[in-house]
Amino acid sequence: MMLSVENLTVSYDKIKALHGLNFQIDEGEIITIIGANGAGKSTTLKAISRLVPVGKETRMTYMGKDMLSYPPDKVVSQLGISHVPEGRRLFGNLTVMENLKLATFARKDTAGIKRDLERVFSIFTRLKERSTQKAGTLSGGEQQMLAIGRAFMSARKMMLLDEPSMGLAPLLMLDVFDALREINREGTTILLVEQNARLALQFAQRGYVLETGNLVLEGTSEELLNNPEVKKAYLGG
Amino acid sequence: MANILQNLVNALQWGSFYALIALGYSMVYSILMLFNFAHGDIFMVGAYIGFGVATGLVALTSMGAIVLPNWLILVLTIIISMFLTSFVGMLVERIGYRPLRDAPRASAAITGLMIGIILETGNLALLGAQRVSFPPLINSVTYELGGVYITNKKIMIVFVSIGFMIALQLFVTRSKWGMAMRAMAYDYVVVPLMGVSINNIARMTFAIGSALAAVAGILFGIAYPVLDPYMGILFGWKAFVAAILGGRGSIMGATLAGFLLGFIEIFVAMIFPSTLRDLIAYSIVLLILVFRPHGFFGEPYSAKLRL
Repeated sequence: MMLSVENLTVSYDKIKALHGLNFQIDEGEIITIIGANGAGKSTTLKAISRLVPVGKETRMTYMGKDMLSYPPDKVVSQLGISHVPEGRRLFGNLTVMENLKLATFARKDTAGIKRDLERVFSIFTRLKERSTQKAGTLSGGEQQMLAIGRAFMSARKMMLLDEPSMGLAPLLMLDVFDALREINREGTTILLVEQNARLALQFAQRGYVLETGNLVLEGTSEELLNNPEVKKAYLGG
Repeated sequence: MANILQNLVNALQWGSFYALIALGYSMVYSILMLFNFAHGDIFMVGAYIGFGVATGLVALTSMGAIVLPNWLILVLTIIISMFLTSFVGMLVERIGYRPLRDAPRASAAITGLMIGIILETGNLALLGAQRVSFPPLINSVTYELGGVYITNKKIMIVFVSIGFMIALQLFVTRSKWGMAMRAMAYDYVVVPLMGVSINNIARMTFAIGSALAAVAGILFGIAYPVLDPYMGILFGWKAFVAAILGGRGSIMGATLAGFLLGFIEIFVAMIFPSTLRDLIAYSIVLLILVFRPHGFFGEPYSAKLRL
């Protein structure tokens, strides 16, 4: 088991957003958490990245280490977990290249950085053409590519993805998911949260369904795709 | 004409102090959305540390313990004082601001005011109310160029100031730490996801700002060799005005605005009685801000403060 989350609770201003989630991810897997807007999907990812405080009863272990003793920057630089946040959140005042380089801030392996940069540019050729352009001037699709590329540069063991399909045209969306599958094939474990449940379940091997802060269902993607309740609530009948 | 040129030279020197201090305000404001109102007092602390280091080195030299020419004493004073003052800045960040990072902005602002008062009165308690004199490290030499008098001190002050401003600009635009600062100015909540510690960047920013304030303090001590514990208040306010006038996070802007304030003050004083100087000068500045509320330059930033 790579990541194990037990009894995850998160509260915002004393209102509980997550009511004790339990889930595990094995190395090399693609896992998805699907759910409606406001169910707590982003909060779950932020809790793993240590960007929001978790409740006292929460336990999180990653490769046998207690994650709760790591500050957010060390989760990236020491544990190797990167996070593509909701809405991409690129540094619009920095160039494409600077965005990618900043993500390697804590890395010392110059040769590895160079190799990864070439890899990003080979997966997303558009980024190479735009490398000296300010990130704020990119189109929505290019921004999503850069957000994923930036995560790829920062850490590679596990990638947390928050709604990568948002705002993308269907064709671009497929490109992005193809790229993610390739990244996974090269050894990166992926945890994806999505409102687009069909897309997410077609992409992942296993999934969880999150409803108002509780995980209500889990199973293989096939099981969930064929589950009548999932069909009704998330797949449009 | 000579009169105007003379005032231009004086304004350059005067503006150097404002610009150097304004940079510290500007950097902290842009990366932490925080007005560090203690920064004027850091300038004062820097001047006193410079005074202490210079006095010590001069004493050691006169005792014959070490042999140092005056110019080397000055260089050492600047370097050692920058180093020591940067620690004061880091301490202020650690004690006064870091615990309040997620507190309401007003709380963080009054923290600065309180730290300022503590630094002023702490100095008073330590050294007493008596003013101190900065040791004369440079033998003043005056050059005359077509009716304009320029001292070697003024030349040194302006060049050293501009040198540090260029160095800072290069650091912010070329180094990876500078890149992290610019990223933090844009959207600091996402910065940890890049594997960058926000605390380290904040600490570094306070250290750099404080080191530059120390340079301003020492140069001020060389030009106007009388220091007192409250010297940083009005100076700090004016440099703060320059920082905002320059535009959020803009090094170029803070520098130019610092010099502009120097020019406005000196030229107002050239025409009007000096008692009216700040009244008229800052009315002009107010007017500029009314027409350019975002200042001269200024980096764009993401308005989102939560992830």
